[in-house]
Amino acid sequence: MTDYNFAYLDEQTKRMIRRAILKALAIPGYQVPFASREMPMPYGWGTGGVQVMAATLVPEDTLKVIDQGADDTTNAVSIRSFFERTAGVAVTEATAEATVIQTRHRIPETPLTEGQILVYQVPIPEPLRFLEPRETETRKMHALEEYGLMHVKLYEDIARHGTIATAYAYPVKVEGRYVMDPSPIPKFDNPKLDSAAIQLFGAGREQRIYALPPHTRVVSLDFEDHPFDPSRADHPCALCGATDSYLDEVITDDAGTRMFLCSDTDYCAGRQAAGHMGAAQAGAA
Amino acid sequence: MNMHATPTPDTPLLSVRGLTRTYGARIGCADVSFDLWPGEVMGIVGESGSGKSTLLSCMAGHLVPDTGEVLFDMGGTLRDTLTLSEPDRRRLGRTDWAFVHQHARDGLRMGVSAGGNVGERLMAVGARHYGDIRARAADWLDRVEIAADRMDDRPTAFSGGMQQRLQIARNLVTGPRLVFMDEPTGGLDVSVQARLLDLLRGLVREMGLSAIIVTHDLAVVRLLADRLMVMKDGRVVEQGLTDQVLDDPQHGYTQLLVSSVLQV
Ligand SMILES: Nc1ncnc2c1ncn2[C@@H]1O[C@H](COP(=O)(O)OP(=O)(O)O)[C@@H](O)[C@H]1O
Ligand SMILES: [Mg+2]
Repeated sequence: MTDYNFAYLDEQTKRMIRRAILKALAIPGYQVPFASREMPMPYGWGTGGVQVMAATLVPEDTLKVIDQGADDTTNAVSIRSFFERTAGVAVTEATAEATVIQTRHRIPETPLTEGQILVYQVPIPEPLRFLEPRETETRKMHALEEYGLMHVKLYEDIARHGTIATAYAYPVKVEGRYVMDPSPIPKFDNPKLDSAAIQLFGAGREQRIYALPPHTRVVSLDFEDHPFDPSRADHPCALCGATDSYLDEVITDDAGTRMFLCSDTDYCAGRQAAGHMGAAQAGAA
Repeated sequence: MNMHATPTPDTPLLSVRGLTRTYGARIGCADVSFDLWPGEVMGIVGESGSGKSTLLSCMAGHLVPDTGEVLFDMGGTLRDTLTLSEPDRRRLGRTDWAFVHQHARDGLRMGVSAGGNVGERLMAVGARHYGDIRARAADWLDRVEIAADRMDDRPTAFSGGMQQRLQIARNLVTGPRLVFMDEPTGGLDVSVQARLLDLLRGLVREMGLSAIIVTHDLAVVRLLADRLMVMKDGRVVEQGLTDQVLDDPQHGYTQLLVSSVLQV
């Protein structure tokens, strides 16, 4: 651990990233360019989130890392051990105990509180990209609040599928100003973007940082006659019986038996520990 | 006494003054001035390279002229659109103004359905009711003779004539006060051109459109334009009422144009 500076990055780089984070917090939803550094892991592993994390961590922090809601996937385990080794910070799987949480693809079910920081790994930060590939033009559209194109995307969804089919990376408007891509979280998580925690978004390959300060107004885009619907699978969790959590569909045996389980493993374990039981548990009991 | 619903206004809709644009030592257009009155269609003709597209692009704000003014009636006063802030100029471009490109693919989103293409301008100015947007898009597709069952198809699946009609619908759906058109029938088969011309003429009459149409095809201006400007080497050599200019051309160059001696 003494081979590295605290949290791997040198102080000069961290200062540069912190400046970008502060600017991002000052202009909620605005994508701030930053000079992304090489990290000892591939881009697909969320180097943007890792750099933001490195610039945010202090020795007193308690770190939690999730990937798709789980603390025990390869990506989550690797990043967690990376910061254990390079920063020597405490780690946890309990959402409520963490001071900083790094995430890919989910917001924890347990409501975050003031003082917590949620850091997202972002693959593509630009919500206008798929209809307007020119970067010069998308920047101008943000600057001039020309967001009609976002609704063209939603219009196309409804025309083709009868409903807004966008289920991940569902675009939001931040404080009535910037349109933002919330990273590929399920739209089920969109209402949780309105949070007491600080939320930081890091895109490594694209070299962008953006942020939501606590209690920022975040509205999911929609039409008057097709309002935003953060729908979830219509099942209780098979393990803990939760009806308010985001579920993964899991195949449990060779016969193709399927089960719906909380994607947030900490939330599910916490409920089970508190005595809640789903159909699978009840059957086994 | 004869009461007119719309009295003849005393200010033009558009007033172009001394517009000049060069490309290095080469002249694009030079010292062009004219007024366009509400409800009027102005044709700009001339052979290839005479400066028509340069002039149109300068007027529409796509190209920055070296000198000159492009005054537009905004709330009763003429304002120089060249000195507008960029946000205001872009807003003008998606509200009061429309631009029909010669090549439909320059004016359409090829990856978006026909309905989405027409709806975009509505959404750009704040429409947020899907059913309303769709109904208005359907109405406009009908007006440009695109079958209702093609509404969710992308323009890549359309013929050249259909693409051009779609581009026109997309531009007119918000009822712009001024339409710029660059060779709207260029590059289409003759029979397709005729149908598009008929359609344009119908729309111009029905909507009382104010438009500036650039073309090298005298048949187009004969059908559509109230007045005509003839350009040569970047300059206007003759202008007047369309019938007058075409039937009794004064300038030697116009005489050559009209007699079809020039291969335009
Ligand atoms: N981008 C450009 N760079 C240099 N010269 C140009 C450019 N565009 C047009 N020109 C020149 O300006 C003159 C007018 O061209 P243009 O406006 O395209 O005429 P038209 O539309 O009547 O064919 C021509 O001499 C042409 O070669
Ligand atoms: Mg031209």
